[in-house]
Amino acid sequence: MSRENILNLVLALALLAVPYIAQAAGQPFTITLATRIAILALAATGLNIALGLGGLVSFGHAAFFGVGGYVAGILSSHAFSGDPMLFGLPGSKQMLVVWLVAMGTAGLLGLAIGVISLRTSGVYFIMITLAFAQMVYYFAMSWPAYGGEDGLSIVVRNQFPGVNTMRPMNFFMICYGVLLVGIVLSALIRSSRFGAALQAVRQNDVRVAAVGISPMPIRLTAFVLSAMLTAVAGALYADLNRFVSPSMLSWHMSGELIVLIILGGTGRLMGPVAGAALYVIFEHLLGGLTERWQFFLGLILLATVLFARGGLIGLIAGKVRHG
Amino acid sequence: MTFALAIEQLLNGVQLGVMLFLMAAGLTLIFGVMGLINLAHGSLYMVGAFACATVAAFTGSFWLGLVASLAASAAAGALIEITVIRRLYARDHLDQVLATFALILIFSEGMRWLFGSFPLYLDIPPLLEGAVALPGGGQYPLYRLAIILAGALVALGLYGLISRTRLGMRIRAGESDREMIAALGVDIRTLYTLVFALGAALAGFAGGMVGALQSVQVGMGEPVLILAFVVIVIGGIGSIKGALIGALLVGVVDTMGRLLLPQVLSLMVPPAQAGLIGGALASMLIYILMAVILAVKPRGLFPAQA
Amino acid sequence: MADPVLSIQNLHKSFGALKATDGVSIDLHPGEIHALIGPNGAGKSTLIHQICGTVKPDSGTITLAGREIGRLPVAERARLGLGRTFQISSLAGEFSALRNVMLAVQAGQGSSFAFFKPVMRDRSLTDAAMDRLERVGLAARANVTASELSHGEKRQLEIAIALALDVKAFLLDEPMAGMGPEGSKVLTGFLDSLRQEAPILLVEHDMDAVFALADRISVLVYGRVIATGTVNEIRNDPAVRQAYLGDHA
Repeated sequence: MSRENILNLVLALALLAVPYIAQAAGQPFTITLATRIAILALAATGLNIALGLGGLVSFGHAAFFGVGGYVAGILSSHAFSGDPMLFGLPGSKQMLVVWLVAMGTAGLLGLAIGVISLRTSGVYFIMITLAFAQMVYYFAMSWPAYGGEDGLSIVVRNQFPGVNTMRPMNFFMICYGVLLVGIVLSALIRSSRFGAALQAVRQNDVRVAAVGISPMPIRLTAFVLSAMLTAVAGALYADLNRFVSPSMLSWHMSGELIVLIILGGTGRLMGPVAGAALYVIFEHLLGGLTERWQFFLGLILLATVLFARGGLIGLIAGKVRHG
Repeated sequence: MTFALAIEQLLNGVQLGVMLFLMAAGLTLIFGVMGLINLAHGSLYMVGAFACATVAAFTGSFWLGLVASLAASAAAGALIEITVIRRLYARDHLDQVLATFALILIFSEGMRWLFGSFPLYLDIPPLLEGAVALPGGGQYPLYRLAIILAGALVALGLYGLISRTRLGMRIRAGESDREMIAALGVDIRTLYTLVFALGAALAGFAGGMVGALQSVQVGMGEPVLILAFVVIVIGGIGSIKGALIGALLVGVVDTMGRLLLPQVLSLMVPPAQAGLIGGALASMLIYILMAVILAVKPRGLFPAQA
Repeated sequence: MADPVLSIQNLHKSFGALKATDGVSIDLHPGEIHALIGPNGAGKSTLIHQICGTVKPDSGTITLAGREIGRLPVAERARLGLGRTFQISSLAGEFSALRNVMLAVQAGQGSSFAFFKPVMRDRSLTDAAMDRLERVGLAARANVTASELSHGEKRQLEIAIALALDVKAFLLDEPMAGMGPEGSKVLTGFLDSLRQEAPILLVEHDMDAVFALADRISVLVYGRVIATGTVNEIRNDPAVRQAYLGDHA
């Protein structure tokens, strides 16, 4: 087993062990932190399909994260009030339904944004994805039906068959399970024919076209898949906080998702997990010491970009290998 | 709706466009010459606003404040260019985005450290107080007209600088042929620092002027930054002319959309709903404009290079 | 004579006042190596771009195996059997040599939209790719990252990739460029055998290779084909001598 694989296993087990230890030690807040790590890692795993494999620097993934969150909030509020939604459809308190709807909605939004944004590349793509996410943000701010800028509360966390989701440990296990599924899916995609084409498109799209594979459908598919996975994370995040607001859609959120990947290490399967863990731990420790923790986060991020390009996994496991 | 209101809103749109142009011109210049995407450009705008508000409060002179906004933002720009930005020219866009995102965090929290979380306020200078009569019977604040004039002068000045001076020649050469002008003995590092500081000063100038219209606070730069991105995407990255036309287009479409959309919709649906839908649509209008323009011209209205 | 595999008819392309391609017609017949030569600035690159699809012609037709391809996108032309190599090696630099060829095999098999089966365990991809690498003599370097291959090895890999596609016509853009004398000799021998596979339109500066390989040569000057013929015909063509040597004989 390679050093990176050992590290991946250690990371996965550690994230699972921490809440159990915390529960035994009577530290329920730590379970919430671990849940946050799992959810952010899932969101970044989604983004990593576009960014890490496809080289598509989307600065607008908060749109998909937030849409996932709003789907959870809106479905649950309709289920609670009993009012029908669009087309007379009922709301839902079931996570499985929420996730499916979140994926569907984000997939369609991703398709629309992708079709336009992927006509461009490089710095255009970065700015356009940012702008479209901002559009969704302003829409949520100015549309009062679901709370506008005040956001929307989820009175009771959505349900999962056979599990009491209000217990922190149970909800953590759901998030952890979904994260594992997300990681396994992205590992499969990475090693598949589609993944091969996607990674080749990142390296050299002229070459890919010259062997007869059109780059655009490959990129678009990756962008949509990436949006769908990030949306599931958004739905879980809304359930964790039992609250959604436009801040989930903000450009700051998009930036944070990229930061998670870079802190962990770009192009790594478990980079998002390492990055999310680092980020949440920084936030918690530094945030305990100083209100100005983002100042130091900025310095750390700057140092990572300038001097430690491989991120945490790069520091420990060495260079990326492509089989 | 009266004719006077329409004129007033149109002027507001132009004034917004002028502010956006000051931001977008710096961004597009920096991208055109150095190939760098700078997210921290909004922070330089914020630095200018804080410098203006602080110096004006201390000295009692708005004009000294405005000078301070230029000086502080240019200095901050030169400082980050020398310490951070110049290491990023050869990096890919992802690194540039991340490093300048980190700079935003540092600037925002740093300013909060220095100035606290409460917003600062800045008065309109006595010389520019009052209003001007508009045709149709309305009144328009003199200060906003002055901003439009200042923006027009800057646009002219930039045009002159780039097309008529030695520095401008070097900037244009730097856009097309980096190695060549280095080979001709132009100190490219200093040139880059100068260009970056110039872009920063334009952003700071915009920030200083806007301080008298809205509160000066941390985070004020980012909404303007994102609008400026929309502007240069529409105008074509690297083109000053595109930045000017894009900025005016975005400013006017945004302002007029907010005025007109609810009214147009009220012809079709009940007024309460028209206000709601119109408001939401208006907030998305410039992004829709951007999408439409990109669908037709993926490289913007005035693509800088073929 | 049999129908040409690749046929370019009366192709025109202007950039402003510059006529980069001015009524070019070239046929490529089964089993032949047809060399395209011409001084710098003759419009060879523009012509290649039009054949492979990165530049759209103003007028004229390009047919491959009887099908008009002049307006199709790059990837579509490749799928129809146009196998090209690049003047400057163009590979997926982070992938191994084997994976570069596997990508082409995958493209030739059809769909890239399979999300779950690992490519490295897919014998239909790895075996076929290995076979192509063996044929160009690169099997021993299969697991080396493409960006770490030597210049000559990259050229070999380019050809292995072209071989992996179900190619009806090869378009080889200066395959000899940057090769040492020894490498050129080996490659010349290889190209000689490659014509069994599919006919080759060979753009090349190395005249030794051109004269050794070509069945026919077309000479491009200022966007026009000034002569087409066998090696001997071209050597003795007065227009060609004038274009290359400034002869007025």
